[in-house]
Amino acid sequence: MTTRGAAVVIVGAGVTGLSAGWWLARAGVDVLVLDKGIVGWEASGRNGGGATHVYSPFGLEEQRLWPQMDELLGYPTEHQPFRIGVALSETQLALARRWAEIGEARGFRWELLDRRQLKELVPIVGDNAIGGTYLHFGGHANPQRTVQAYAWALQDLGGRILQHTTVTGLVQRGGRVTAVETTRGTFGAEVVVIAAGPQTGLFAEMLGVALPLAPARVEMIATEPIPLMSVGGVAGNGLYGRQTLRGNLVYGGGPHEWINVPDMATPEHRNTPLVRNLARRLAELFPGAAHVRMIRAWSGLVENTPDGLPVVDRLASPDNVVIATMSSVGFGLSPASGRAIAELVQHGRCSFADLGALALARFADTPEDWRERAGWIATRQELELAAGGDG
Amino acid sequence: MRGVDRRSIAGKGPRAERHVPLVVVGAGAAGVAAAVEAARHGVETLLIDEHPVDNDMMAMDVPLCFGQRMQPAVRNRALMLERVVESNPALAGAHDAGVDVQLGTYVWAAFVGGPTAQELPGPMLGLADERRSWLVSYDRLIVAAGARDVLLGFAGWERAGTLGASGAAALLARYRALAARRLVVIGSGALGLHTAALALEHGVEVAGIVELDERVRGDRAAANALAARGVPFFTAHTVRAARGCVGEIESVVLAAVDGQGRPITRRDREVACDAVCVAVGLVPSVELLHLVGARLRFDGPRGGWVPDVDGWMRTSVPSVFAAGDCAGFHDAMLGAPEIAHEQGRVAGLGAATSLGALDRQEAEQRRYVGAAPMPPASADPFGHWQAWLRSLIAASGWEVNVCQCEEVTRRELVETRPPRYLKWDSPQMSARSLATLLRDGPVNQDQIKRLTRAGMGPCQSRRCREQVGLLLAHSAGVAVEHIPLPTFRPPVRPLPLNVLWPPDEPNAMREDWVSWFGIPTQFSPHWEPGMVLDEPTAHARLIVSDE
Repeated sequence: MTTRGAAVVIVGAGVTGLSAGWWLARAGVDVLVLDKGIVGWEASGRNGGGATHVYSPFGLEEQRLWPQMDELLGYPTEHQPFRIGVALSETQLALARRWAEIGEARGFRWELLDRRQLKELVPIVGDNAIGGTYLHFGGHANPQRTVQAYAWALQDLGGRILQHTTVTGLVQRGGRVTAVETTRGTFGAEVVVIAAGPQTGLFAEMLGVALPLAPARVEMIATEPIPLMSVGGVAGNGLYGRQTLRGNLVYGGGPHEWINVPDMATPEHRNTPLVRNLARRLAELFPGAAHVRMIRAWSGLVENTPDGLPVVDRLASPDNVVIATMSSVGFGLSPASGRAIAELVQHGRCSFADLGALALARFADTPEDWRERAGWIATRQELELAAGGDG
Repeated sequence: MRGVDRRSIAGKGPRAERHVPLVVVGAGAAGVAAAVEAARHGVETLLIDEHPVDNDMMAMDVPLCFGQRMQPAVRNRALMLERVVESNPALAGAHDAGVDVQLGTYVWAAFVGGPTAQELPGPMLGLADERRSWLVSYDRLIVAAGARDVLLGFAGWERAGTLGASGAAALLARYRALAARRLVVIGSGALGLHTAALALEHGVEVAGIVELDERVRGDRAAANALAARGVPFFTAHTVRAARGCVGEIESVVLAAVDGQGRPITRRDREVACDAVCVAVGLVPSVELLHLVGARLRFDGPRGGWVPDVDGWMRTSVPSVFAAGDCAGFHDAMLGAPEIAHEQGRVAGLGAATSLGALDRQEAEQRRYVGAAPMPPASADPFGHWQAWLRSLIAASGWEVNVCQCEEVTRRELVETRPPRYLKWDSPQMSARSLATLLRDGPVNQDQIKRLTRAGMGPCQSRRCREQVGLLLAHSAGVAVEHIPLPTFRPPVRPLPLNVLWPPDEPNAMREDWVSWFGIPTQFSPHWEPGMVLDEPTAHARLIVSDE
């Protein structure tokens, strides 16, 4: 049975797939986005919301687009400009400066803050802070609201989204993918975009393409609201995150847990006692908010390539497939990554960024056991290896 | 030896401060019976209860809706501890049986391992008091966490004095600290009548019992006894508003309704009172059961989402048992604590048997000596709650807050409006609503929570969870049971960062902590290919190189 397909079928309604779909719909392309669950339900909707990635080939476009996104989409993203880095040690200050200098190299402005200046901007920092950086670039947005904004804007332009539709296979004919098989029928496609997060590697495998990806679980915490600071994008002390426009402090960081994703089903999102360590780090970062209550915690699953950089590439064969994984840093870059993917679909190349560093070919010689070599393996797997189950 | 990613959790799994073979959560009838039974068979047992809850927690309507009607005496912890112990004579029996009883202790999380959490050495609970938090691991867990009130809003329900029946009962009987003199009770079912009788017993006047139905729903004899003591019944009435000055309730306006629950014009009456107690029903407190991954199913007559349990009150997670109201609440259990007691006893027996403390045959013999552990199912309360909600909407309109913490009105919820503080307006946004969302998929309360913020506040959706579900079901035209259970996440009690934080951390946790994965090339500037930017740790200074 073939249900009505689309010129472009996108597998995965995460932030990258939705942005790509929205850019395609803007260009008048007939687009269909498929997802096993609800739009943006995985890491795309539950991350730190940071939008400060000027180091990336997509960095300048990210910075150019974010201030326009509310207007372009027609829905709120809660984007707020600027970032403040708080340093509790010389080492942390060196890192914060390095981030600032990377921005400076791209023509952005920043200033060094002494403790007094820092405290004026961020009243909840304590005497343990030695200083910080004020980036007059970058920013943050609300991930949940943004993914829904992409989805709605895509629909407003005539694009379609099918939720609760798990992709089970890719139909190949004559060196091309001609259709996508799902739990709700088969959808014909001229071009297929695979932006399925941790599952992206499994789809690549279906096409006989090796895409080295290691999934991991990470955790975040949120506090009750506190009075709004003039800049909400404050982070440091090994934490990423922000103050939301409602006033909640929402932060993550610390050790990740490498896991395995054996199939298309999403493993459960579990929190662990790591939330206590996060609470400690956050109270150290903001001694003035140490008494504030934690009201929520959650975890998310993200995937990484061996070098931590995205793969955004149009395959050589089958030649009508674009593969996209942002290697655990997808939300902030989404306005630009989606545009790049749309251009790869339409024109086979990206007009505004050099995607050379993001090509899949760089992993051509990656050994099959690269995760073991890197130590990026799940505990159970590690135990099996130690017991001699290797090989 | 292969290298392990030092920035990962590998080898840094949390360690529990204490291991106890059996932990029982909740010292009500079920929990105490469970603990005593297990201890009787030689099982080392820890029984935990959060009461007395501190004043700050109560002020947030956690864990029950106390409606700001606490007497200042609740700040006196020692006094409250005395009263809590006094009100629960069975606790002395637990002490005598050798149970380690810890009162005033919150269970704020249940952590269990799984495919994505393999570093957890075993299941553990997050516990806390006002000063610190700690972890306790267990072999068996019995959850006897009780039930929560179903709250339904009306105009002015944010005012001090709107309580839930459980909150009122706790303040009356356990704390003896209810700061109210004239109470209006909403609901004339078993819960409403029970609450009214309890209030009278503690010297609180009952200014009326309001019932939507044309007749009193509960036991006739109980209702007659209340009427004989001068309690007025307002049947075929709904609530229009609570009124008063300076944030207080001084009266409640009731509206007479027709057979369809719609207010009849010019038939309002105002009843003076200083508290309104919503006593239309209870739902099982399944937070911890959800967190441990016990299979829950929707069973309307038992209050909605309940754990699947076997004849030993064992859940689908073999190490976890559930007993009492949290295993399924039923009106018959209100006046009959022996039901919860028996469930608890059976759970204690089951846990002890599974730990090898007694053999199965002996356990079988001891299993049912008292009341049948499950009352017969009666009518589904959800239809009645829906009828209440419809009448409240008809009487108080769509501008009433459904979520108090985040100030989300009924209208904003079903229009899936972004929060007011965003001051967002666009034609696209105005065209979106619950109805348009339904075209994309079935109702999902968590998704609507993220969009509207209903349920995202410090009370952790205790006051709005059920009414948001009922309202969504009402507006979407679906049965409540078809809306998936909104998730519970730790901490299931809102606790300060400086209580939740661990006093000490393993060196590896502190030393190798990085904000993200610590992949040296992840954030390297693309114009300097191969550049390494190694996030510093305790041992390593910032490394920037193109090695």
